Amino acid sequence: MSKTLKLDSEDAKKFAAKIQERSGEPIDMCFQCGECSSACPVSPEMDLMPSTLVRFTQLGLKDELINAKTIWVCASCFHCVARCPKGIDVAKVAEALRQELLRKKLDYVEVRDLSMEERQEIPQIAIISNLRKFSR
Amino acid sequence: MKIPYFPGCSLKTIGEGFEKSAIASAAVLDIELNELPRWVCCGTVSSLTTDDLMHHLAPVRNLIRVQDLEETQLVTLCSVCYSTLKRSNTLVKNDPEKLKTMNQFMYRESDYQCNVKVLHFLELLREIGFDKIKEKIKKPLRGLTLSPYYGCLLVRPKEFGIDDPETPTILQALTKALGADVIDNPYQLKCCGSYHTVDKPNLVADLGYKILTYARNSGADALVLSCPLCAFNLDNRQREIKRQYPDFVEIPILYFTQLMALAFDLDEERLGFDIHYVDPVPLLKEKQLLIDSLPLIKEK
Repeated sequence: MSKTLKLDSEDAKKFAAKIQERSGEPIDMCFQCGECSSACPVSPEMDLMPSTLVRFTQLGLKDELINAKTIWVCASCFHCVARCPKGIDVAKVAEALRQELLRKKLDYVEVRDLSMEERQEIPQIAIISNLRKFSR
Repeated sequence: MKIPYFPGCSLKTIGEGFEKSAIASAAVLDIELNELPRWVCCGTVSSLTTDDLMHHLAPVRNLIRVQDLEETQLVTLCSVCYSTLKRSNTLVKNDPEKLKTMNQFMYRESDYQCNVKVLHFLELLREIGFDKIKEKIKKPLRGLTLSPYYGCLLVRPKEFGIDDPETPTILQALTKALGADVIDNPYQLKCCGSYHTVDKPNLVADLGYKILTYARNSGADALVLSCPLCAFNLDNRQREIKRQYPDFVEIPILYFTQLMALAFDLDEERLGFDIHYVDPVPLLKEKQLLIDSLPLIKEK
């Protein structure tokens, strides 16, 4: 399926600037070396590689980014930033993108969806961290 | 030496053996770990956005509790608590404006002066020196081969880690000092899946399979780590790993403090093995590191 991307629109520039500010990361420094994608232990589950996530953020491709599975797959393990020659923390970029949805009350995980068995089995450290990442 | 210590949620539940063995082992080294009064949950994950101060309040509130005791250090055992407390501490130290906002918000507390240092227990042991730890050993862990596992937050990001983010050696140094053999596991830094254990247990099982199978195939008898969340994912989730990978062979998970308690020949009830999913007792008996008097393990 072909699709035309509007790369220079004002909205795209604003979105890129917003994510850059919210993440605090120098996203424009990325030159697509791919170290983050090769280091990421959960990239096989992702639809956009971590390096693609950063590239799309540079271009302000809001729809592609907030609809990507990737932002909910990132485990914030910081392998990406350990390898990045420019020191860009992709986990922070993913968090800034997730927040775009979570701040609009679009939760990814809801505690009421967990079964009683899961609630009894899974320790609080996992439940709290998961809900902190994936719900408002 | 007396030092305040922050347990966090897991050390009172799934990581009970971690806490008990740490307090008992610290006592052997003349360190009194005193639980921080009125501690609150650290929040487990540090906020990664620049405009979210709310989630830094709980860690800073704990640091104020340390300051109120007129102490300047806080020791943690859990890697997650360590990272969260240290990140918030660093944030307010480097940003007086944000600190001012947070102090104003927590107006019932004393203002945080940024004079508390957050330490992981492993850092404290390194400061004391592994040679001093060696002197206290009564039963060296001879014959036990271990695979150290760091996971994420103990060493990454590097500003908040206790060792090199790519080639850490602290767990190897400690386990060798205790008399055990150590294998090299290239998965020692790979994420265990962390909080995805809630929404993607299959992904956690995939990651755990690689980490644990490499350890087992390289001749390790057990994995040694310092994080209760990693411990849950790599111990309890072995049930899911076995379901996904029928060829998987179980392997016990041990906290580094349990190894210290074993080497110091401390009471068995301080080891907390009864809540492990994969029972380490048969292995430790086989290696003659435990005697037969240990109480029976609860049924799974």
